[in-house]
Amino acid sequence: MRELHDFPGGLLLEPHKEITDQKMSILHPLPERMFLPLQQHIGQPAEPVVEIGDKVLKGQIIARASGNVSVPVHASTSGTITDIGNYPVPHPTIGKAPCIVLEPDGNDAWFDIQPTEEYDRIEPLRLQELIRDCGIVGLGGAGFPAHVKLMEGVENAVDTLIINGVECEPHITCDDRLIQEKASYVVSGARMIRHAVQARNCVIAVEDDMQLAYDALAGLIDDDLELVKVPTRYPAGGEKQLIRTLTGKDVPSEGLPIHIGIVIHNVATAAAVYRAVTRGEPIVSRYVTVTGKVDNPINLQVLIGTPVKDCLATCGYRPSENNKVIIGGPMMGLRVTSPNMPVIKTTNCIIIEENTPDHPEMPCIRCGDCADVCPEILLPQQLYWFAKTAEFDQAREYRLFDCIECGCCAYVCPSHIPLVHYYRHAKSQIAIEDKHSGEADLARQRFIRKNERSKIESTDRKAGRTGDGVNQKQNTKAEKKAYVQEALARTRAKRQARTARED
Amino acid sequence: MIDKPDSSPHWHDGRTLGVVMADVCIACIPGLLCYVWFFGPGVLIQCFLALIFALLLEFVALKLRRRDARLFLRDGSAVVTALLFAISISPAAAWWVCLCGIAFAIIIGKHAFGGVGYNIFNPAMAGYVFALFCFPVQMNAWPELSAHGLGAYLGSIFPAAGSAADMLSGATPLNELKTRLEMMDTVSEIKTAPVFGYFGGTGWEWINVTFMLGGFYLLFRGVIKWHIPVAVLAGLFVFSAVLYLYDADTHASPLFHLFSGGTMLCAFFIATDPVTASTTNRGRLIYGVLIGILIGLMRQWGAYPDGVAFAVLLANIFVPLIDLLTRPKVLGEK
Repeated sequence: MRELHDFPGGLLLEPHKEITDQKMSILHPLPERMFLPLQQHIGQPAEPVVEIGDKVLKGQIIARASGNVSVPVHASTSGTITDIGNYPVPHPTIGKAPCIVLEPDGNDAWFDIQPTEEYDRIEPLRLQELIRDCGIVGLGGAGFPAHVKLMEGVENAVDTLIINGVECEPHITCDDRLIQEKASYVVSGARMIRHAVQARNCVIAVEDDMQLAYDALAGLIDDDLELVKVPTRYPAGGEKQLIRTLTGKDVPSEGLPIHIGIVIHNVATAAAVYRAVTRGEPIVSRYVTVTGKVDNPINLQVLIGTPVKDCLATCGYRPSENNKVIIGGPMMGLRVTSPNMPVIKTTNCIIIEENTPDHPEMPCIRCGDCADVCPEILLPQQLYWFAKTAEFDQAREYRLFDCIECGCCAYVCPSHIPLVHYYRHAKSQIAIEDKHSGEADLARQRFIRKNERSKIESTDRKAGRTGDGVNQKQNTKAEKKAYVQEALARTRAKRQARTARED
Repeated sequence: MIDKPDSSPHWHDGRTLGVVMADVCIACIPGLLCYVWFFGPGVLIQCFLALIFALLLEFVALKLRRRDARLFLRDGSAVVTALLFAISISPAAAWWVCLCGIAFAIIIGKHAFGGVGYNIFNPAMAGYVFALFCFPVQMNAWPELSAHGLGAYLGSIFPAAGSAADMLSGATPLNELKTRLEMMDTVSEIKTAPVFGYFGGTGWEWINVTFMLGGFYLLFRGVIKWHIPVAVLAGLFVFSAVLYLYDADTHASPLFHLFSGGTMLCAFFIATDPVTASTTNRGRLIYGVLIGILIGLMRQWGAYPDGVAFAVLLANIFVPLIDLLTRPKVLGEK
């Protein structure tokens, strides 16, 4: 038996999982239109490889990965591309982002997909490629491209591979149901990832209130995998918190799990890896919990890109002024602002809740309740102060970037300060500043180089003056003219390129 | 300030500042009742006066600062300041003492610094010290230990023009101790005086016990954490124990110190004011011990019999430094 460790802070929340965790999931019917955002992951957005009017098949790549930290987007069903443009996406700060709009033809016909040879013979590099080509990202919520994490594991010695089935947010049961219904996928996927990263140990972790999922997994594993139940406490499923619970080790501040020899993937990611390897199947659908104030709360197997309104209609939702719709959990989810907002790869839950009376934001009284519940041992009240007064250097010094935005601090704040919102704001401001300072650095370097160049030129000129002065001057004039022409041409070309890009 | 967002988390435990402050008021009740039992209803009149003055002045200050008066009056912080101030002063003090102290507490102690959440000094204690400087005699004239009637208090608090206060003032235990020690009496001799009870001062020991019970309620409700009260009491206990062990003839026992004067009120209600206290757990311990030792020092060598207000205000000064030096290591920080 593995010895479990405690993580700091956290909250005991009402689980509300009993609403959906015992109900068999259903397949969601094809929607009328689907919206496939080019960016459903952390990193570079994908680049479209289709045009408006193209017919595509299910599983066909419609946008390719650009750069290493990026994954492609696949057509979730067969149909016609009707538009490529900005549409609402589920993102905390960006309202609209580039999406490919797909109108299903109703056939749901698959593209030619091929299974790979046995995974225990496949090269880790090939597996990594395959996982990337199948568009697999961390399905637990963050959406970090899975192949990047896998590669870290291949390049470094891995002590423990953790398969995270700890669904710690209230209401969400999509991983629970996935395990119960597709336990063999999860276990096989876990073995594949383990083989690829050559992990010494492999642990599958679930919460102690997921007994059915535990039993389903227990029937499939051998002593090659470890199955562990961790105490139900929010946010036990957070990456750093789960690592602490299972190993007693702490991921270095602002570091990665691999720095302490750990690779961690979500159970749904493991199942997706299994599908990718054994069928060549990219991510085209996922489990989504629809719960709260709907007639039939249930887990749906939803095609990626399906609008939220279709999922709600399937579960018998009657729109009302008093309700709000949340994508994700009640602690970290975001408010749905458009009914066409699509389910994306990282969408785990849709909740309909009654609007609660709005409490006005009061000043911080420094009670420190937020610090008591912070699972990262941050000082939320100080971070809030620095974020509010735009002291971003201080915010960074107080480890703003270790904040996982779990929302525990704001949950207990008696002054009802939207703390997470302040942290997100500060983080994005810092990112912008960094970009600017990066540009400033470039400009500075250009300036220094120019100075050096002109110094060299002037010494050349001085040297030239000792010879034929007049001729030298004319030469410089002609040179100057040519230089100006050249610069103008460059600027024109650049401007054209920019307008082309904006179009 | 940024736009009111509809940001995660979408849940909240439902507590508001009003709930927190209401809990503090509820926790004061046993102590107040005990106070009335021993000294009569004077303290209630003071509370009533202080509340009216505080709410009025808070309203004016909020209006002057163009803040939402209804919203900020409901946060209850002025009520708590008024209560703590009223409990701290002599129950027989005239109404203008109360007004002066509250005015300083609310206007200078709180709003001059930016209102609730921004004040550096505990407003109630700032007001107390201001009143002490303005009216040293009134502030130190405690009524004799007996359940005086309402009439006596009304006469003392609202004296008719020209007539002097006719309430008999008596010495508090701490006062008695201080004056008699200066007269070279030993503690064992002093302790035979009727103002000394079983382990503290007569009456005062039970007032302290009941405020401690109220403090337990605050701990139970999660309004305060154990660090500050324990540290204050430990600081005072150790300080007075060292002196007591050094010379028991000229120093009162640590137990006496814990249950005399405003010790328990300070440890559970005043030092725990979150706005002016340290916010890290280690910082709270340091802050509490500092207050405990300062109380001991001032009772021993200070000009006044008790030193709670000065101890708290002095410790308030060190809070930013303590917070800076006790920042906890975040998860995974080397």
